[in-house]
Amino acid sequence: MSRSPVIVGVADAPTHERGRALPGATVLSIQRDAANEALAQAGLTMRDVDGLAVAGMWGMPGPGAMQPVLLTEYLGLEWPRYLDGTNVGGAAFVLHAGRAAEAIRSGQADVVLIVYGSLQKSQAARALGGRPAMFSNQWDIPAGLPLPVGAYAMAAQRHAHVYGSTRETLAEIAVATRAWAALNPAAAFREPMTVDDVLDARMIASPLGRYDCCLVTDGGGAVVMTTEERTRDLRTPPVHVLGHGASASHASIAHMPDMAKLEVAEQSSRAAYAMAGRGPAEIDLAMLYDSFTITVLMTLEALGLCGYGEGKEFVRGGRTGPGGAFPVNTNGGGLSYCHPGMYGLFTIIEACHQLWGIAGERQAEGVRTAICHGTGGVLSSGATLILSTENG
Amino acid sequence: MTCDKPVPAIDAESEPYWTGAREGRLMIQRCGRTGRCFLYSRRLAPGAEDADIRWIEAKGTGMVYSFTVCHAPAGPAFRDETPYVVVCVELDEGARIVSNLVTGDIDAVHIGQRVEVFFDRVSDDLTVPKFRPAG
Repeated sequence: MSRSPVIVGVADAPTHERGRALPGATVLSIQRDAANEALAQAGLTMRDVDGLAVAGMWGMPGPGAMQPVLLTEYLGLEWPRYLDGTNVGGAAFVLHAGRAAEAIRSGQADVVLIVYGSLQKSQAARALGGRPAMFSNQWDIPAGLPLPVGAYAMAAQRHAHVYGSTRETLAEIAVATRAWAALNPAAAFREPMTVDDVLDARMIASPLGRYDCCLVTDGGGAVVMTTEERTRDLRTPPVHVLGHGASASHASIAHMPDMAKLEVAEQSSRAAYAMAGRGPAEIDLAMLYDSFTITVLMTLEALGLCGYGEGKEFVRGGRTGPGGAFPVNTNGGGLSYCHPGMYGLFTIIEACHQLWGIAGERQAEGVRTAICHGTGGVLSSGATLILSTENG
Repeated sequence: MTCDKPVPAIDAESEPYWTGAREGRLMIQRCGRTGRCFLYSRRLAPGAEDADIRWIEAKGTGMVYSFTVCHAPAGPAFRDETPYVVVCVELDEGARIVSNLVTGDIDAVHIGQRVEVFFDRVSDDLTVPKFRPAG
């Protein structure tokens, strides 16, 4: 029990003007500021940190190839004992949290800081093309597949074919997510939206339109983990990491084993549920990486929150929105809150807000156990965390 | 003749595919142990040894496994072509290839549609296998 891993602090970087970082911010300073805020929430300081996990797209080629090293220098950490720079795309931070949990349990580290930052909006760094046509991508790129959206679009098309999901199904997800964002003062897009708004929006890659796609924003965040024992001296009640899992399957969408099923999430969540001794029926809140509306639909099914093909009923009529039967992405998600490029960390931040009961207007009722799931690449990788206010 | 679109970074493991394409042949890999066909990724021949894998010429026919109609181009090089169809074809031998489906009837494109390969010589050095509705 004493070295049981817990989360004790979280923070996200403030933005303005539809997701732009505040003036003067650098990709490193937003990570430092978020880290300091998360540490302060717990009652810790940077001097307590002896483990660091980070992933991002910044500083590459160059020092970004060794992000844990550069941030050790920038944050002024003294001889960190645990470093993790694993980059599996947007799922990375959820994977980091799982591994950090084991590092804490084993005594390899006492206080692990997980950070992320991006200025992709301010730097206009995002484009649908321009990726190198290498390895298994030497077919996708010359064909003009806009990435990542085109790959998710092909999965959506296949899901519709196999399971009968429709553009309206996907629109329900965008609308429910926007309704949560309306309750989150930090969200970049808060105006109400209807299913028709989503259906009428500019098509990007069929069947995905503008509002089926996540935002492009700046942003950053931090999560602080330590031992349960340590929380006796800290300000925040512990959020227990009950279970975790991660996996990967493909780099090109051509090699996704079954394009209608997110099997990588099934695999990672199976491990997480087994470790937690909990099942889908005991989950009160799902924080799912919503790179696109289809990602949510496929993740709900793969995590066993409903069966394969049942997602379209699961999300119908605002069931996952405010006041609905099952809250999903209560911060407004990557679709309406923020999406700095690798969103996974924000699933953990909001799950903790909800578990602590400090989510303000968007607080969902009776959230004791939450599942966080990150998806990276083109439905390529998955990482799952099961968090709870209770241990065991 | 040059190509203004992104070109594949051909490596030793993909060279037979692109060389075959220049010669008007659609090349895929076949695992001698399992009999399964695939392209480049070893995902579909788990556990196979390199020695078991041979390049074979595919018939060039298959069906649409999935597709997307791209209204937003993958960069400026594709701007003049929207809307265009990117397709994931499942060849009759079982391998999957991402390519373009070139058709005058985009609205008729559907999963399960029969397609056949043709060879688009986009530059002196590069021929890209693409697909059209089977005729």
